[in-house]
Amino acid sequence: MAALNIKKGSNSHSAYNLRSNFSDAIEKHTLAVVVDNEAGVLARVIGLFSGRGYNIDSLTVAEIDHAGHRSRITICTTGTPQTIEQIKAQLGRIVPVHEVHDLTVEGPSVERELALLKVAGDGEKRVEALRLADIFRASVVDSTLKSFVFEITGTPDKIDAFADLMRPLGLVEIARTGVAALSRGS
Amino acid sequence: MTRQMTGARMVVQALKDQGVDTVFGYPGGAVLPIYDEIFQQNEINHILVRHEQGAVHMAEGYARSTGKPGVVLVTSGPGATNAVTGLTDALMDSIPLVVLTGQVPTFMIGTDGFQEADTVGITRPCTKHNWLVKETDALAATLHEAFHVATSGRPGPVLIDIPKDVQFATGTYQAPVKGGTKRYQPQVKGDLDAITALVAALETAKRPVFYTGGGVINSGKAASQLLRELVDATGIPVTSTLMGLGAYPASGKNWLGMLGMHGLYEANLAMHGCDLLINIGARFDDRITGRLDAFSPNSKKAHIDIDPSSINKVIRVDIPIVGDVGHVLEDMLKIWKARGRKVNSEGLSKWWAQIDEWKKVNCLSYKNSDTTIKPQYALQRLEALTKGMDRYITTEVGQHQMWAAQYLGFEDPNRWMTSGGLGTMGYGLPASIGVQVAHPDALVVNVAGEASWLMNMQEMGTAVQFRTPVKQFILNNERLGMVRQWQQLLHGERYSHSWSDSLPDFVKLAEAFGCKGLKVSDPKDLDDAIMEMIKYDGPVIFDCLVEKHENCFPMIPSGKPHNEMLLGDADTQGAIGAKGAVLV
Ligand SMILES: Cc1ncc(C[n+]2csc(CCOP(=O)(O)OP(=O)(O)O)c2C)c(N)n1
Ligand SMILES: [Mg+2]
Repeated sequence: MAALNIKKGSNSHSAYNLRSNFSDAIEKHTLAVVVDNEAGVLARVIGLFSGRGYNIDSLTVAEIDHAGHRSRITICTTGTPQTIEQIKAQLGRIVPVHEVHDLTVEGPSVERELALLKVAGDGEKRVEALRLADIFRASVVDSTLKSFVFEITGTPDKIDAFADLMRPLGLVEIARTGVAALSRGS
Repeated sequence: MTRQMTGARMVVQALKDQGVDTVFGYPGGAVLPIYDEIFQQNEINHILVRHEQGAVHMAEGYARSTGKPGVVLVTSGPGATNAVTGLTDALMDSIPLVVLTGQVPTFMIGTDGFQEADTVGITRPCTKHNWLVKETDALAATLHEAFHVATSGRPGPVLIDIPKDVQFATGTYQAPVKGGTKRYQPQVKGDLDAITALVAALETAKRPVFYTGGGVINSGKAASQLLRELVDATGIPVTSTLMGLGAYPASGKNWLGMLGMHGLYEANLAMHGCDLLINIGARFDDRITGRLDAFSPNSKKAHIDIDPSSINKVIRVDIPIVGDVGHVLEDMLKIWKARGRKVNSEGLSKWWAQIDEWKKVNCLSYKNSDTTIKPQYALQRLEALTKGMDRYITTEVGQHQMWAAQYLGFEDPNRWMTSGGLGTMGYGLPASIGVQVAHPDALVVNVAGEASWLMNMQEMGTAVQFRTPVKQFILNNERLGMVRQWQQLLHGERYSHSWSDSLPDFVKLAEAFGCKGLKVSDPKDLDDAIMEMIKYDGPVIFDCLVEKHENCFPMIPSGKPHNEMLLGDADTQGAIGAKGAVLV
């Protein structure tokens, strides 16, 4: 057995310098979590992510069954395959969690997000903004002589693309809902 | 059966209906109605602690030594926040607890009322689940659900926060329903295909090892029995984590001793060299695995755990089995027998020959002394003089804890209570009281370090008041020994604040508390003093002055693999060659 040469004064032997032995590629997953709609349930889910250092790219929640007191939380997260498996297992441990679905691996799914964008300007830019909104099937939900508010739904990528186009045309504010997602088919 | 009663009465009724005989608690404004109910009955025994942290550790000791949930009752605000360390400890070590906290009345919540704290918010990450009950009608069902959640699946602490107006108001009481709440029903039966795959791997493995943990103990006495049967029938070596000691008897012929950072040489090398690693109810904790990418590099790995999130968390396994250890072991034995009780006898006998070579290193040997008591020697004497007694051991945290794990032998489950996951100094004294309350006639010894012991020493008052004859066996090195050891080995011998200065005179302290104090410093007096401690009918504080700079070996420094263990002081210098170091 080899002797360990630890130099006096060395501090490279912390108890916490253990590194994971599987560092695979980072993946993006959309999870649907069905929970009892009770006090604190969202805090439990969010606390799990912050406490264990997982990412939340977006999170949406609303009651889906009033009589049954069920809510559905849609979470977009990124991590290695092991991290994603851990996230699902950890979510499953929470007492008021009934179902955890990984829509990214459970077959095809649809994802939609809604955004409101306020674009201010005049002249050519105003006309161009309207023209692009039409191409993206965004609708005007408020207008003044100096501004529009557009409503757009689509995948997060589509909304990103639309927002990028609006930026030079006078984008002043944007509000996004985060993703709602369902699996396709019956 | 439904009845009308106040919320406070419901609490006591639910505890009775759940079979609770003991509550550890401390009163205050927000729980007065419940204390009033406790006053008016005799079935439930209330142990008045001296600090709420003590109450939670007592409940842990009670739970760990009985297999039943421990129950705690404390007031709002500071009562609840004082319970947080104990809750975290119980969560890390999977100890079933039901903690009841008082809360300001519902109409005052959110106003920063006197002794208001966001108890469910503070304790959310350190409980398995918690509830704030806002209506008396919901209280009974919540109490019953709390017991169900705490004790089923992977056990853990739960907390119910009960506002004072909910305690006063009248509502409908419901008796518990069988089987617990529908919404929480963890899987207990393992997948039979996976179990069969494990049996097949076991039949052919040349160098298999069982790596067992606290899950075997938590699963119940039957699980330990099944483990013994499986180990003895297959002839496969078995090691255990700190939390699992006693599941397989230390006197058993296949026992390798504890593994991990301060585990035995043969246990760690068996983990490193095995070709089949069967994890039963353990969780690949970092104190066990050491450097992950060098952990048991050539083995096929199976993992039996009731908590799916434990599987593939840090170590990727080949055969995952989600289920209760007892159920899975039962199926495993059945399948193994049905398939003809096969093992790779030739492989196994070579494997044992190798293990016997490792055992010859005699990794627990140490240099004894005629003039000072070596801590290892003190524990060997304690072991020799208490062996065969109806004995329970608790510990504090530090070197003494590791030495206790190494030098004491545990023949049965539920006899060893220690803070593993959280490593909470101050756990052992209150835990010993909780154990003694549950086992009034047994010998209960807390193997302590002087620094840890001071952290909850106020509980000696509880021990004296409730006549729990707990023995506080303090290995007093006048050092925060484990910290000092790390500073010696890893921080250039700069002993920054690792002294126990201005210690109390423990004998006088014992007298001040109204119990017995003993002090020994000469190895020749040790046996008599230990016998005096055992025979004394009451709590004892035993101040055992030991060698101050003894180090705990074997040691796997953090970030090192199992085969880079340090066996003695010489290893740490790098001065003596590998072979020479073994001899020290
Ligand atoms: C509450 C708490 N604070 C700090 C630590 C860090 N710590 C671990 S062991 C130890 C020293 C314990 O000293 P003692 O109880 O005398 O035991 P010894 O190691 O000397 O046997 C310390 C400070 C801890 N585990 N728990
Ligand atoms: Mg000490």
